[in-house]
Amino acid sequence: MREIALGQYYQTSSIVHSTDARVKLLISIAYLVMVFFVETYIGFGVLAVCFLLTVFASRVPLFKVLKSLKVILFLAFFTFLMTMLFYGGAKKTVVWEWWIIKIYEGQLYACGLVLLRLVFLVLGPTMLTFTTTPVELTDGLEWLLKPLALIGIPIHSGALVMSMTLRIIPNLIDETDRIINAQKSRCADFDSRNIFKRAKAMIPILVPLIASSFRKADELADAMDSRCFVGAKNRTRMRKLRFTWRDPIALILFAAEFTVILWLKFNFFPFVDLSTVGWIV
Amino acid sequence: MSLIEFDNVTFSYRAGLRPAIKNLSFTLESGETLALIGHNGSGKSTLARLCNGLLIPDKGEVRVDGQSTRGKNVFDIRRKVGVVFQNPDNQTVATIIEDDVAFGPENLGLKSEEIRKRVDDALESVGMLGYAKRDPFRLSGGQKQRVAIAGVLALKPRVMILDESTAMLDPLSRREVMEVVYDLVRKENMSLITITHFTEEALEADKVLVLDGGEKYMEGGREVFLKSKELASIGLTAPTAVRVADALRAKGLDVARDVLYDEDLVKALCR
Repeated sequence: MREIALGQYYQTSSIVHSTDARVKLLISIAYLVMVFFVETYIGFGVLAVCFLLTVFASRVPLFKVLKSLKVILFLAFFTFLMTMLFYGGAKKTVVWEWWIIKIYEGQLYACGLVLLRLVFLVLGPTMLTFTTTPVELTDGLEWLLKPLALIGIPIHSGALVMSMTLRIIPNLIDETDRIINAQKSRCADFDSRNIFKRAKAMIPILVPLIASSFRKADELADAMDSRCFVGAKNRTRMRKLRFTWRDPIALILFAAEFTVILWLKFNFFPFVDLSTVGWIV
Repeated sequence: MSLIEFDNVTFSYRAGLRPAIKNLSFTLESGETLALIGHNGSGKSTLARLCNGLLIPDKGEVRVDGQSTRGKNVFDIRRKVGVVFQNPDNQTVATIIEDDVAFGPENLGLKSEEIRKRVDDALESVGMLGYAKRDPFRLSGGQKQRVAIAGVLALKPRVMILDESTAMLDPLSRREVMEVVYDLVRKENMSLITITHFTEEALEADKVLVLDGGEKYMEGGREVFLKSKELASIGLTAPTAVRVADALRAKGLDVARDVLYDEDLVKALCR
């Protein structure tokens, strides 16, 4: 349970890991945009190749990355069903037929694309969290959001709150486990099949949990005060984010991938006729 | 000028409530170690919070290095008085040990290089430098408290207050933490206040202050621990050696009156 809460950072040293968090964040955001430009199987082929290369460079085992797809299993199934039901495209070639159900070639084609898009939308951010610690992420976000400080949004406090939250989650999970065990040892029923009974059993967990989080927060505030905390504004940082030679390389590689994707979509180099490979596209 | 000076301090959490600290006066000199002993609810932890201005006395005054905690310079005072609390989980602010230790110096607004140096030095002195990049959540209780001590140390305080910092630890980690602390205090010439109800742990202190119900019950040097009856009457247990010596005396054995440490007892018995 703790593992989930702490994010899924995979500790190893690789080029991807040591790339600056800000660069990785920017690339991840742009990546999500890019995925929406991909409308062909050849496009997803390009994505897949680039993705595999990234995974390979990051030294994160591929199966670990793919396991993250488990969370979208239901969503994927639902999406598949919906696209099948409401498919409005060309209904020419029937691939499979049973009773009143007919599945057309175009339908499968469209479904495949939607599913692939979903998969790649999940895989991108997954790689970010696999190769970047929560602390680096917070630092990176803080830096990227810096302009907002100009219009009076307290970015530093926000970042501090975020990192404190990340820090407190495992403690709260621990506490929850403890309370559940304490209630169980007094015959509380958490495993009932009756959903109302189960919901009711949550109350004696939530109340002490909330009470204890307030106590924790209070103690933590005292400890922070004792260590000269007077607000996030005038704090300096020990760790400075530094751009290195890896960062421009990462950006250039990503820009190349994006260009290929855009080219496939808009075909802005007409000297290469994409329709010649139309049988895949 | 004393480093910490309590001048007739009275404090209650709410008006009308029985005061948590009542008419308390004591001083702590630079380089001195003081053990503050008392049972639950004797006002020990309140006293720690009064020392660094987390709480302000209702009556009387607390002065740190001559400055009253009532003044505007509470920031200065907290720099000089480092407090390590009881529960290590509730005083860690970061998910990486070195970041946690850096929290204090970062608050002081120091330069990145200076913070780095202080953090490394502090972790080194508590023997946790090898763990700098780890997650504090996965450490043992004793290690967590050592990190907390490093966090305070990085502020370069003049006095360190351990507010029952070993109460949640097993005996072995307790000893490990106290050894680290006393080593540090001697090496850095820091003052120390240890707040505890384990008399055993306080045996190394220069001065002893026993609190009961927010009032001074006994004060003096280590000889205070010899008064096992008085200690027992407010729910405290005298050190083992003292109790064994008492019991032997009750059985008619002639054991010296000043047996305080285990070694003393051995010596007294093997005469």
